[in-house]
Amino acid sequence: MSESARHGDGLPREAKRAIDELRPHYPTTEALLLPALHIAQRHWGGWLPDEAISAVARELDLAESKVYGVVTFYDLFHQHPVGRHRIRVCTNLSCTLRGGEEILHAVRRHLKVDENEVTADGRCSFVHFECLGACEQAPMMMIGDRYHGDLTPRRAVEILEGLD
Amino acid sequence: MAFEPILLRNAGNPAVHEVSGYRKAGGYEALSKALAMEPEEIIDAVKASGLRGRGGAGFPAGLKWSFIPKGSEKAKYLVCNADESEPGTFKDRILIETDPHQLIEGCAICCYAVGASTCYVYIRGEYVAPALTLERAIADAYEHGLLGEDVLGSGFALDMRVHRGAGAYICGEETGMLESLEGRRGQPRIKPPFPAIVGAFAAPTVINNVETLCNVPHIIGRGAEWFKSLGTDERNTGPKVYCISGHVERPGVYEYPIGVTLDDLIAAAGGMYRGRALKAYIPGGASAAILSDEQSGLPMDFDSLAQAGSMLGSAAVVVMDETTCLVRATLRLAKFFAHESCGQCTPCREGTNWSEMILARLEDGRGSESDIDLLQRITTNMSGTALCALADACVGPVRSLVTNFRPEVMQHVEQGCCPLPRQSIFEPGAVS
Ligand SMILES: Cc1cc2nc3c(=O)[nH]c(=O)nc-3n(C[C@H](O)[C@H](O)[C@H](O)COP(=O)(O)O)c2cc1C
Ligand code: FES
Repeated sequence: MSESARHGDGLPREAKRAIDELRPHYPTTEALLLPALHIAQRHWGGWLPDEAISAVARELDLAESKVYGVVTFYDLFHQHPVGRHRIRVCTNLSCTLRGGEEILHAVRRHLKVDENEVTADGRCSFVHFECLGACEQAPMMMIGDRYHGDLTPRRAVEILEGLD
Repeated sequence: MAFEPILLRNAGNPAVHEVSGYRKAGGYEALSKALAMEPEEIIDAVKASGLRGRGGAGFPAGLKWSFIPKGSEKAKYLVCNADESEPGTFKDRILIETDPHQLIEGCAICCYAVGASTCYVYIRGEYVAPALTLERAIADAYEHGLLGEDVLGSGFALDMRVHRGAGAYICGEETGMLESLEGRRGQPRIKPPFPAIVGAFAAPTVINNVETLCNVPHIIGRGAEWFKSLGTDERNTGPKVYCISGHVERPGVYEYPIGVTLDDLIAAAGGMYRGRALKAYIPGGASAAILSDEQSGLPMDFDSLAQAGSMLGSAAVVVMDETTCLVRATLRLAKFFAHESCGQCTPCREGTNWSEMILARLEDGRGSESDIDLLQRITTNMSGTALCALADACVGPVRSLVTNFRPEVMQHVEQGCCPLPRQSIFEPGAVS
């Protein structure tokens, strides 16, 4: 996201607009919190720095402590920088039965960082993840919003090499 | 086994993603029919069909709908459970991806029947593409007057929204889901009051799984008698989408009348992976007790699997062959439950963590026989002692391991290591 869109003390204008569009569909403003955090996280490059959390709290008139409580509960909200490509390798049972741990190992070896660290060029970060609901494609991983299934270690590395 | 699919009948026909294509395939006829019926008649038809919830607990759908107070002008809600986080389950994703209007139609009929004017589809946050598919279909339905102020000119108003979760298994539990929908941590509520009386935003609320709702247009369209003609008996009726994964040649969704056997499913899925022998299977997702190869001929319906000490759950069938270490498999599931426990209730928070730690010790060969008894005791203390069923979900596989497969656990203790060391599943050329 560009610096200009991240202006000082609030949500970027498009984010505000996206949240406002949702208001009529919920009987309380509190119910907008998860959608608002998803929107904010997209605008802040995939994670929620403190300023994003305060901005959402202010926008919805909620206590910051409450918003922190929600952010820390959910696995898809991040409080630390992530790579441009966020990689989630499934290691739940169906994927493990089909070699998911070897995929995780191959991803770690290729990226040369540990889980939750970002590669020096800022491109990638990875984590192991619980079942992503695509066990028919096991072993699988998710990069950004996309699913990649029927992996082998070699195929996984090829996919990583093909990322911009 | 030949069976003309019902819920998946439109697979391979992407035209049904649009209202026009779905209508050509007979879609939205059931909604028109329903809108000409009395709401009570619809509830009666769903009751008569015997449809039971496909989300895990198998609760009769028509009965659940009948709990919604009638005649009050208060807002009512339908929350469709598309959280689909039970490990091994992927049918709801495929139902949405292949035929989004089938779900919209089912939701609309349900809302009309119970008098709800708002429907939220709570979809797990990872399902970004399916959420978009559904949102596009909803927008198209609005344009065609199938949703909105005046559904098909009937005067019935319905607003439908897709609401994204953010990665928490517990939000699949119905009251955790309501908390999450309302903008809070997904910690389950104390019941009673039940959601039918005090649900979303303190209003009467029906919560149903995606597949449950997808059945509804077919019940209205073809009748309860037809629905009841499918399945094992009158308590186990209708079509069922089974998710089969693990050690079979062609993992995927397979739709049959409820009550096929594992043997049938393995055959449908192209046989066992690389022709190996079956060792054990999970019939209904990570929360279900593990069954052995000797139980592969059981009808996979609610009651037969419950009698065998397991459950149909979400019909996520995980097949494990002779190379699988069941201690390791159970450890993997216990780890999941320990990670996903919301932490509210002590028996669940502590029990899931201790289950994981003790299983890890046993798998490494550092465990003792008394650990096995300890696991057994922990599962007893976790059963029915927490606010929601997550603790019981962890008990499912853990208890079945120590009761049905104790000799394999003992081998770990006696040999001081895992008797089935890990081996790569990949051909050498696929590795690097
Ligand atoms: C820990 C836990 C997780 C659950 N996850 C899901 C889920 O992902 N999807 C679902 O439909 N039901 C799930 N359920 C069951 C729901 O609580 C609820 O029974 C179901 O959505 C009701 O719909 P149905 O009657 O149509 O099955 C879960 C239950 C528990 C205890
Ligand atoms: S276990 Fe990996 S997607 Fe389900």
